[in-house]
Amino acid sequence: MTVKTQYEAVIGIECHVELKTRSKMFCACANEFGGEPNTKVCPVCLALPGSLPVANAEAIRHMIRAGLAFGASIPAFSKFDRKNYFYPDMPKDYQISQYDMPLTLGGTVRYWLEDGTLKECKLTRIHLEEDTGKSMHGGGGDGRIAGSSFSLIDFNRAGVPLMECVSEPDLRSAQEAVGYLESLKRTFVQLGVSDVKMEEGSLRCDANVSIRPAGSSELGTKTEIKNMNSFRSVLRAIESEIERQTAIMESGGRIVQETRGWDEGQGETHSMRSKEEAHDYRYFPDPDLVPIEIGAALIEELRKTIPVLPPQRFAKYREYGMDAKQATQLVDNSALADYYDASVAAGANAQASMNFVLGDLSRLANETGIAASESVVTPAALAELVTLVEGKTINSKIAKELLERMWAGEGSPKAIVEKEGLTQTSDTGEIEKLIDDILAANEKAATDYKAGKTNILGFLTGAVMKASRGKANPALVNELLRKKLE
Amino acid sequence: MNDIVKRSAADIVRDVSAKRISARDVTEAVLARVDEVDDRLGCYLTRLHDRARQQAQHVDERVAAGERLPLAGVPLAVKDNMCLAGTRTTAASKILENWIAPYTATAVQRMLDAGAIPIGKSNLDEFAMGSSCENSALGVTRNPYDLKRVPGGSSGGSAAAVAAFEAAIGLGSDTGGSIREPGAFCNVVGFKPTYGRVSRYGLIAFASSLDQIGPLTRTVEDAALAYDAMAGHDPMDSTSIDRPVEPAASSLRDDLKGLRIGIVKEFETAKLGPEIDALYKRAYEELAGLGAELVEVALPTADYGLATYYLIAPAECSSNLARFDGVRYGLRVDGADVGQMYEQTRAAGFGAEVKRRILIGTYALSSGYYDAYYVKAQKARTMFAQDFRKAFERCDLIAAPAASSPAFEFDSKSDPYSMYMMDYYTIPMSLAGLPALSVPCGYAGTPALPMGLQLAAPLFEEAKLLGAAHAYERATAHAAKGTVAV
Repeated sequence: MTVKTQYEAVIGIECHVELKTRSKMFCACANEFGGEPNTKVCPVCLALPGSLPVANAEAIRHMIRAGLAFGASIPAFSKFDRKNYFYPDMPKDYQISQYDMPLTLGGTVRYWLEDGTLKECKLTRIHLEEDTGKSMHGGGGDGRIAGSSFSLIDFNRAGVPLMECVSEPDLRSAQEAVGYLESLKRTFVQLGVSDVKMEEGSLRCDANVSIRPAGSSELGTKTEIKNMNSFRSVLRAIESEIERQTAIMESGGRIVQETRGWDEGQGETHSMRSKEEAHDYRYFPDPDLVPIEIGAALIEELRKTIPVLPPQRFAKYREYGMDAKQATQLVDNSALADYYDASVAAGANAQASMNFVLGDLSRLANETGIAASESVVTPAALAELVTLVEGKTINSKIAKELLERMWAGEGSPKAIVEKEGLTQTSDTGEIEKLIDDILAANEKAATDYKAGKTNILGFLTGAVMKASRGKANPALVNELLRKKLE
Repeated sequence: MNDIVKRSAADIVRDVSAKRISARDVTEAVLARVDEVDDRLGCYLTRLHDRARQQAQHVDERVAAGERLPLAGVPLAVKDNMCLAGTRTTAASKILENWIAPYTATAVQRMLDAGAIPIGKSNLDEFAMGSSCENSALGVTRNPYDLKRVPGGSSGGSAAAVAAFEAAIGLGSDTGGSIREPGAFCNVVGFKPTYGRVSRYGLIAFASSLDQIGPLTRTVEDAALAYDAMAGHDPMDSTSIDRPVEPAASSLRDDLKGLRIGIVKEFETAKLGPEIDALYKRAYEELAGLGAELVEVALPTADYGLATYYLIAPAECSSNLARFDGVRYGLRVDGADVGQMYEQTRAAGFGAEVKRRILIGTYALSSGYYDAYYVKAQKARTMFAQDFRKAFERCDLIAAPAASSPAFEFDSKSDPYSMYMMDYYTIPMSLAGLPALSVPCGYAGTPALPMGLQLAAPLFEEAKLLGAAHAYERATAHAAKGTVAV
């Protein structure tokens, strides 16, 4: 019997993310999705003869912030290069990109898997370039170029700033690749550098996939997978490619280095072009643009604008005891997460506050259509409420009612509690008196309990709580009741 | 011929501003001159009678309203590689034969704003690649001093128009000598400012890191007026220099006392034949006679100028001209697919010299050759800058030939290399980005044909350069001794 070789996948991701800026990368046209074709164009982004590019400072600042968010180094000197190739939707027939001196180098993306495991993937670089227009093929061919009799081009997207993030081959599964991409997306949204809408094409990615015997440190021959239009298709495409490569290796075959396209309908990848057909892009420094010099002062200024980022938040929430799903949910609602963090900063117990924020507060927000962060309940007021519960001044039932009253605008929980005497009572004598009254009125219940119907205890506890107008410490009521009955 | 057409721009401005004559009178006189001679000379590819009359009326109204316009009523030839909104802008290429520019180049706009009157779009070598205008795909321009000879190039149309009184100022562009050499051939002043002094926005690019717009005029004072109107930072061109411009028209001088003028040892004129050798030696003596101290300076890299230039310029042009692909504007020759359309369009649209340079440039940028050619040429280029810096430690200006011969007959330079050699003396200054001009310095050959003296200055010292050229011109008055043949 032969031992089957176990393979591990080695995956690196290149993704293109459209930056959210007021204007395009090299001209003053609006950077907005959609619109009538060819209405957001000018001599520069149409590459009319004689026009010249001027770099967008906002895009460069976004890039530096993205780099800082991942702990990348920001070289003092960077430049733009031309990547030369002919393509109908690329107006200049070269793309202004960055070849050997990108704006950011290195860095690490922290991400997590569905089960909450924290992981890291190193970045090679992030560089800045410009997007192309979009071709539409008509006259037969079902939208594909093959079989169509004409093509139309919309240049509204041409010249939109695009950052290309290149990862190291640190990812080992399709799930890790998706986790990495989700973390990038969350981070860019949090930074405000991109909307990252895959359905609008503002995030597009390619995956380099190879396999090797588990434990080996050598890299196998890789293929590049394109045409993945959602995180789900990234997951399926990489899984399918790993399976394909594994099958080839197990049958003694050889992987060919090539570009493969993901076919969503068929659920498999197809060969697009081999390495031999690869372009010679004839990169050279763009003589129309001056080099970018970045001073330490600018970097420090931008560093101050970096908020707490999703992976840091996720790790912290996990430490607070949230499960992976809860933590993810809160991280993905950054306004609510900010609100939550502020309540903790105001002194609330992290776990108790979490229960309110993800529980009653979220319910109220849903019911009223007002986000917690927009409501009259401030994080400080929530912290006050949480502290009242934690200090056993009030019980959770009262707390729930109080939160609703706070939401309705009744003000500070402490003030309500003091004014209305809602403080939880742990006075044994007082509670015993209430218990005696209840037992006297429910003689049958006491008999049943002694006969073994112990579930009657809940009913009795509720009755005592009601008699105390909710103020009695429920745990104490329970304990004293049991003593009386036994 | 109405004598108005012979007036200098400075005289026209004085008279129009003082309302002794109207911009309309000047314009009508020049348009009549164009109609009289241009069928024979072919300076203009497009004549702008209507546009000129409209602008003349506009200028007269502004002058009547009390505005002081530094170029009021000055008839202007615009090289046809500069955009003027609403006019055909061809770069003398079939690929743009019927392209109407939808916007105006910054330099042209500044001339118009200053009160200049656009008379026509002047001929050039296709995409400014050439030294004789023979590479124009759209027309032949003849040298006004001898109709059997070329006007020089690539700004031959503007040079000939100014020489033949079809304009007072011609706009040219100089990449390796394209203003200075035709200036010399046509007995006019041809002035290339420091690289980056005049915006390139709207100038159809040949080699972005070398292209520079400048004027061709019959007097140095006129060149200074044009320079003062055009120079200065343009936010649409990131390579335009953001640095105050020292006005040149007020810096003109009548002697050269206190100036050290460098004569480049390697630019030995004996090899140009005894007559031309004597002519340049006399020109240098004329400089000394005006009070300049002549010093010998070294330019050890001189012989590498052509090789350096003919790597950098074609490399940049191979990329700059990619956009002429038949997709968005200009000529399109349909094919079976987009690739064939590209090939057929570019095969039919570009002339032989343009194709030659695109091929050289594509090769020089190719993977495996890039370091050996393009990178090495860039290194050589920095050596030119260093050599000049060193030379200028010993002198204030450099004097040299503007061309190695007077204008030659059509079809007499059969191989490209002998044509490239025409720019032997102008290319080093271009590689170093220096301001340089040619000023008439006498006549040589049979029949006697105009020759030009080249003066060059350190970066940004245009005022000093024009000041000295003015002194030379005033003292020698060489141009006045010639007579045009039309």
